[in-house]
Amino acid sequence: MDRHRRQALKSGGGLSLVALLAAAGWIDPAAAATEAWNSAAFQTHDMDTTLKALGDGKPVPSTNVVFFSTPDIAENGAVVPIGITSKVPGTESIAILVAKNPNMLAALFELPPGTEPSITTRVKMRETSDVYALVKAGGNYYMTSKEIKVTLGGCGG
Amino acid sequence: MPDPMKIRANLVGDSTEVKVLMSHEMDTGLAKDSSGKIIPAWFIQTVTVLHNDKRVLYAQWGTAVSKNPFMSFRFKGGAKGDKVTITWVDNHNETRTDSAIVG
Amino acid sequence: MPRKLRSIPGAAAALALGALAVTLSLIPAPAAAEQSVEKAIEQYRQDLQGGNPAELWEARGEDIWNTPRGPKHVSFKSCDLGLGPGVVKGAYAELPRYFPDAGRVLDLESRLVWCMVNQQGFTHAEATKITFGKGAHKRSDLEALAAYVVAQSDGVKMNVSLADPHVRDMYAVGEKMFFYRAGTHDFACATCHGSDGKRIRLQDLPNLTKKADAQKAYTTWPAYRVSQGEVRTFQWRLHDCLRQQRFPDLIYGSDASIALTTYLAARANGAAYAGPGMKR
Ligand code: HEC
Repeated sequence: MDRHRRQALKSGGGLSLVALLAAAGWIDPAAAATEAWNSAAFQTHDMDTTLKALGDGKPVPSTNVVFFSTPDIAENGAVVPIGITSKVPGTESIAILVAKNPNMLAALFELPPGTEPSITTRVKMRETSDVYALVKAGGNYYMTSKEIKVTLGGCGG
Repeated sequence: MPDPMKIRANLVGDSTEVKVLMSHEMDTGLAKDSSGKIIPAWFIQTVTVLHNDKRVLYAQWGTAVSKNPFMSFRFKGGAKGDKVTITWVDNHNETRTDSAIVG
Repeated sequence: MPRKLRSIPGAAAALALGALAVTLSLIPAPAAAEQSVEKAIEQYRQDLQGGNPAELWEARGEDIWNTPRGPKHVSFKSCDLGLGPGVVKGAYAELPRYFPDAGRVLDLESRLVWCMVNQQGFTHAEATKITFGKGAHKRSDLEALAAYVVAQSDGVKMNVSLADPHVRDMYAVGEKMFFYRAGTHDFACATCHGSDGKRIRLQDLPNLTKKADAQKAYTTWPAYRVSQGEVRTFQWRLHDCLRQQRFPDLIYGSDASIALTTYLAARANGAAYAGPGMKR
């Protein structure tokens, strides 16, 4: 997270003010987004640099971070359903990391208070890989992982 | 102009469940077209969800989110008739905002 | 080789198309490990439900349906899919049918083309320029329209009437085609879809000669094709199977395509339509 963004977070009292204003149509959303998108974090290839770019946390393995509606085998790597729930009190964000993807970080969800710490989405996986769910809560990081096998599936395009 | 999103916002118990589908290629920048030319990266980078005027989710995405992205989550509260507004912005600075009424 | 191919997904994926004939002869009962793979894939398919991107096509199709278009500036509200001009609800469940104004049995897609040509003033070439789309820059109106129309038959029981002799003829031709072997591999549809338990790589091949399989297959097309990120129609499904059958290209909306569709649609009669689906 760059400094700009951190300031924006602060001035928004935990919310991204820039994004808030953008979505409300008060400022140019494109400008807001380039400011808020953490480009460094989306260009990393290993866990250490990814964690560093995300705020330099040292995640501990946690059974309070749980995958749901996430298959063991994906018939097609282009669309792999992922569901993550955190039972860690004060969860602020949930990130999805795919170890063997060209870039490790797939998505980061920031959840203000009042939003349930649970999300589902779909990601691409280049190959069979460990997938990590990284949760930030109270300044600490918690993590769990799951291997998802990817089969390329048949002909028929 | 990008296609509209498909947003569903429904009360489930004392929470509002939001489900959204977005129309986007989400090109990784790694694939090639039939003539062997790299298809440049083109993907949604940020997603903001507002419940009326309050932000309930902010997401940052990379190229690994699937084509025609899907996302769901819940926030506490919400009442029938409330508004859920979603905005995405991609790396070409294209953007799209759509709303749904909580049902 | 077959053993190895069947053991793990990664290896299965490595199977080249050329080995298809070999795999087709594999019918032994699945081993335990394989059953757990099957279960995991079933789990994957379930996890994907609940957010079908085909809805994006439906929305675009509805827009197109309602917008005046073509040289004659006419919308699809004057297009009769068999239940009256502009009536979409339940129409797909009764297609294909004989259309006296066209003098032909037509399936949904050929009827859409007919309306574009005869009501909106497009040439046939214009109407069928993009039948199967690819990405944001080559989108197919036909795929969007089909997604919209079929979704309005969700839950409606398939009811293709064979009372009309033209439709009966088409059904008979379709049935004949289904079992007709030819081509470099001497394949018929029935070679791949005529008995239980066949599969190519991890794909189970439905036994379309069985009522239940035929119903499930027909009522879940058109579908959002996960591997392509596109909605594909029934014309596409047939086109692609004939390609796998090493037959000449199926012409979009041809009598051959409509005959096969009539046969498969009528065999799905009685089952509730449940599309657009979502498939690998
Ligand atoms: C070489 C083998 C082969 C031949 C021959 C073949 N198909 Fe297929 N067919 C497949 C495969 C493989 C699939 C499943 C594709 C997938 O899941 O990607 C399929 C799928 C289908 C489906 C959809 C099933 C579903 O549940 O989604 C239909 C309908 C179908 N075929 C009809 C036909 C017809 C009609 C013919 C003859 C014109 C035919 N097929 C010839 C291999 C074949």
